[in-house]
Amino acid sequence: MRPPARAGAPSTDPAAQQLRRPPALVRRCRAAWRITRALLGSQYALMLEYRAEIVLWALSGLMPLLMYSLWSGAPAGAAAGLSPQQFARYFLAALVVRQFTVVWVVYAFEEDNLLGRLSPLLLQPLPLIWRYVAAHLAEQLTRLPFVAGMALVFVALVPAALPPADPLRLLLALLAMHLGFWISFLIQYAITMLCFWNERASALERLLTIPILFLSGLLAPLDVFPAAVRNLALHTPFPAILYLPAQLASGGPIAAGAVFANGLFWLALLVPLNMLLWKAGIRRYAAMGA
Amino acid sequence: MPIIHCQGLGRTYRVADKQPGLAGTLRHFVRRRERLIEAVRQLSFTIEPGEIVGFLGPNGAGKTTTLKMLSGLIHPTSGSLQVAGHQPARRDAAFLRLITLVMGQKQQLIWDLPPLDSLAVNAAVYGIPDAVARRRIEELASMLELGPELRRPVRKLSLGQRMKAELLAALLHEPSLLFLDEPTLGLDVNAQAAVRAFLADYNRRTGATVLLTSHYMGDITALCPRVLLIHGGSLFHDGSLEALSQRLAPWREVRLELADPLPADRFAGFGELEHCEGRSVRLLVERQRLTETVGRLLAECPVLDLEVQEPPLEETIGRLFHAREETA
Repeated sequence: MRPPARAGAPSTDPAAQQLRRPPALVRRCRAAWRITRALLGSQYALMLEYRAEIVLWALSGLMPLLMYSLWSGAPAGAAAGLSPQQFARYFLAALVVRQFTVVWVVYAFEEDNLLGRLSPLLLQPLPLIWRYVAAHLAEQLTRLPFVAGMALVFVALVPAALPPADPLRLLLALLAMHLGFWISFLIQYAITMLCFWNERASALERLLTIPILFLSGLLAPLDVFPAAVRNLALHTPFPAILYLPAQLASGGPIAAGAVFANGLFWLALLVPLNMLLWKAGIRRYAAMGA
Repeated sequence: MPIIHCQGLGRTYRVADKQPGLAGTLRHFVRRRERLIEAVRQLSFTIEPGEIVGFLGPNGAGKTTTLKMLSGLIHPTSGSLQVAGHQPARRDAAFLRLITLVMGQKQQLIWDLPPLDSLAVNAAVYGIPDAVARRRIEELASMLELGPELRRPVRKLSLGQRMKAELLAALLHEPSLLFLDEPTLGLDVNAQAAVRAFLADYNRRTGATVLLTSHYMGDITALCPRVLLIHGGSLFHDGSLEALSQRLAPWREVRLELADPLPADRFAGFGELEHCEGRSVRLLVERQRLTETVGRLLAECPVLDLEVQEPPLEETIGRLFHAREETA
């Protein structure tokens, strides 16, 4: 005979326990949140260990500021119908967006692969990609104060660069910037998967430097390019990494819906591409150095 | 029912074949040559739940490659493999929760952070509730004699402390199948003994199955009632260490201290003479003839002291592999 349950004591009846358990979806969400917190927490702690290095990286992203100083006196902007204020706003936005869409997963993955650090991670029940995503997000969090400082200096030097006070548009720009990060990350992750075929996939990644420089809007807003080049650029994923979110943030002539539609289109292509490459590549993994 | 069942397992690697020097580099650049290396071939064995099995073999024998296949890190190129009812190469989450792979030279702990940070991540990844994780960390830390070390950055720990922390991280989810590749590599004698005692205790407490490779025979003799000896990717022996010793070294070493020196030819009928200098003599005698030979030595020679020893197993295995390589 089963002993009576003590008043107030938790029931040991499995059926009662089953009833008390939250639904599977809730449990999964909680588990995912816990993993996210743990990964971000540990990666943030790790990034703080490297804060000096991160300041240097952040400073190396000052190109939009330099480009602004070059373009501010040039007639091409006026010819393209951009006012000096629009230029200033665009480059301030580009400075910030660039800082939060820069990715380095190919270098981290390649090093982990060559040094045999990948193996223990592959044996844990968590897809490897999330560790690298967490590392990037933690690094962005570490950059935040330095980027804020740089943006303040930019605004102090060029007050006209201050974006229009439209909270909704700024929020949408923030989301577009994050979408840009994912597109940038997935482009590089697809190249990273080539580490399974060639140990030095980062060399291939360097081939992307030129298209990113020109087609993402890092050197100049795409509006100043000839129509043919601009059209070509808009048919690639690169504007979504910088130009589109920066235009949105700076109050440029662009609709938020178009920015998100474009971003989601590239995501829809890049996610399955990465899944395919992972599936094919992991079969070739030889656990080098481990 | 076996927890590990592999049949005709094989793994071939494709490696670049480059000659040294500038000419070799240029030739390799223009026309890349590759060759196939058969790291494991036709390997078949089973392991029952709860067993501790030692995996022996010289460098390049295929031990680590086999462990990588068993844990699902790499895909076999031939044969069939079932581990705890799963195909390891699929690496599904249910399988990964059952196993752990510890590699003596590699680490999963985050180098610049204290082990506790990595343990928190592992607890979340394996879905271990916080209270349970805390209790397990306390228990394992006490067994491994780890305390404040868990709060120091991993890079500041000694090799022994780091290895213990690695073991703790690898066992936090209480795996029932442990693949250990040189877990005592580079550790001092005390740390080696501590790790061995811990592994034996873990096996006793949890009934976990352990497959262990080690270059230290002490690890094998202390932990493994059964050994698998592989050489050139193939299985050479599957059984007890004692049986291996019988098979590889069917002789005993007899050391004599004589009252007066005797000429070397005087020992011709007793066995294989290894050393004869002054009053000190060393002979190899067949096991079956040991009692009779010792009796004759005592009766026919002026023996002051006599000692019978089993030749060290490492030495015997080394000699065997050397002989096989020379005949190959």
